[in-house]
Amino acid sequence: MALDATAGGGPRRPPLTRRLAERGVDWTLLLLLPALVFAVGLFVYPMLYGLRLSLDPLEGSTFANYRRFFGDSFYRDTIWFTLRLAVPALLINVLLALPLAYRMRYAARGRRLVTIILIFPLTLGSVLLGKGLLNFLSGTGWLNRTLISLGIVDVPVQLIHNYLGVLIAVVIADFPFVFLLLLSYASGIDPTYERAAAVFGASAWQRFRLITLPLLAPGLAITASLAFVLGFGIFPSAILLGQPDGATRTMGVAAYSEAFQQFDFPMATTIALLMAAIELVVIVFVLTLRARLAPTVSSGIKG
Amino acid sequence: MARAFGETDALTDLTLTISTGEFVAFLGPSGSGKSTALNCLAGLLTLTDGSISLDERRIDHLPPERRGFAMVFQNYALFPHMSVRRNVEFGLQMQRVPRAKIVGRVDDALKLVKLEHHAQKYPAQLSGGEQQRVAIARAIATEPPLVLMDEPLSNLDAQLRLEMRTEIRRLHQELELTTVYVTHDQQEAMSLADRMVILRSGRVQQIGTPEEIYASPSTSFVASFMGYRNIFPARVARQQDGRVTVSADGVELTGIAAQGHPTDDVIVAVRPEDVRIVRGTDPPDDNRVDLEVEVVEYGGREYTVGAVSSAGLLFHLLTDQPLTVGERISVAIPVERVRVYPAATSDVAAGEAEH
Repeated sequence: MALDATAGGGPRRPPLTRRLAERGVDWTLLLLLPALVFAVGLFVYPMLYGLRLSLDPLEGSTFANYRRFFGDSFYRDTIWFTLRLAVPALLINVLLALPLAYRMRYAARGRRLVTIILIFPLTLGSVLLGKGLLNFLSGTGWLNRTLISLGIVDVPVQLIHNYLGVLIAVVIADFPFVFLLLLSYASGIDPTYERAAAVFGASAWQRFRLITLPLLAPGLAITASLAFVLGFGIFPSAILLGQPDGATRTMGVAAYSEAFQQFDFPMATTIALLMAAIELVVIVFVLTLRARLAPTVSSGIKG
Repeated sequence: MARAFGETDALTDLTLTISTGEFVAFLGPSGSGKSTALNCLAGLLTLTDGSISLDERRIDHLPPERRGFAMVFQNYALFPHMSVRRNVEFGLQMQRVPRAKIVGRVDDALKLVKLEHHAQKYPAQLSGGEQQRVAIARAIATEPPLVLMDEPLSNLDAQLRLEMRTEIRRLHQELELTTVYVTHDQQEAMSLADRMVILRSGRVQQIGTPEEIYASPSTSFVASFMGYRNIFPARVARQQDGRVTVSADGVELTGIAAQGHPTDDVIVAVRPEDVRIVRGTDPPDDNRVDLEVEVVEYGGREYTVGAVSSAGLLFHLLTDQPLTVGERISVAIPVERVRVYPAATSDVAAGEAEH
């Protein structure tokens, strides 16, 4: 057998398929096809359809729906009502989950138990959770009865059919999600960094502040963005535990009532699109903020 | 100093006094407890027994951040979100050194490792060797009473490892920083250390200067670690004037007892360099063995040859003569270079020596 390895005779170009393959274009790209069909069929098309629908109001000119939304405080205030729930819920959850995830980041044993306990409410779904909370938090529910029997309060605290009830529900529903995400980000950080910081004289607080927190920043930003989206879409608990016609008339509730009570689909679609736009603005804001605060963390996870 | 993990003793009875400016290497295979010892010194592991003192002051109850030591890690552990300069000044900042002083000391440290032009870069932008130099600069910047090095060269390729080895030796000679260095590489330990601690399964095997340990390893395990490639079990035939004559597979060798008076079963250790090919007559005092060449490996300056006795006992030897497989040779081994160890403590060592 002879192997001839003479260098090519002159600057002949390699065949097209070869040149494409070197740029990552080959037959394996076909594997993307199902995902592409899925994304176009279930996301891009409905989005464009919705956009067209929102620009075709039941009455008035092209932008009548948008003008109505921003001109009428009945609609406009839903932005405020939704943000008032989503942002505090997000902050509470991150502040609760961060120390816990930090504490448990390298724990081997307790971790599985805590994970199971936390995944459980995720599997219940928000309707069941809302129903349960309705009983638990009501004037004659366990919580109020305990508070009264302990002498902490005299009259039951009003925790349902108001803002507070919905906030509690959102916090409980989204906490496992925030915690599990942060836990996986936190345990992805190489523990040697903190050991090195300790040897070089950093106290526990300095290690967290100077090493872990900056390395966790990208994960924190992603978690906050996703938690915000989750909270912003709040719907079942806003109806079950809140005042869907008042303080907790979130954008989701408004869109629902437009669609299935007023049968004004174009208006409902308009609200849905505005929800998406606001979520996008907030996510861009969070990610920009994180890029400003910790600009060079690119290889923080597994350095 | 002792440390146990649950029921397992990772380190037992390590007693060592390190004097200022000394370079001590902990040498041993993986699982020998050398890293455990280092982490105990750093404070990253707590002792289960024993104590550590720095200049008469007990420090074993202190957390790592209050010991004031510095460490170079195997994977460098440079903070990825900080520039080279900020990495190096980290320890100084933690010690609340005034800002003006920090700048000067960081510059000095970076100059020592020849990285003064990379101060603004981030670790991810540097090569492995450069990253390790930053890690060393970070360790020397605080002028710590003790520098700990945990296999700092094992992630580098062969040539870079040699360069960095010289660099570390040079820095140590220049700065005279007291250093504890952990490695599994015998060459590295010998070339760097003033004193070596050989560990095996958490127990100290021998402590001494590289010269002492190289010339007279105290156990067959240490011998196997220090380049005695010819290690085999044998039985004592007779003893006279501190000389022991043993027989292994029909080969008779006379050597020196390395540990007390050997009885019956022993382990014999001979370095390949000490097995010399002879033609005709040579000093009659040497051991003489007839062998048949089995394997010849070319190693540049010399050949590494594997040759067997008529009963199949394998000897490794070095020679500058190009031998051919099947060739019959006669070798001489000086009596004082044949070391005889008691077998009881060393059965495993013979097996490990095959690596």
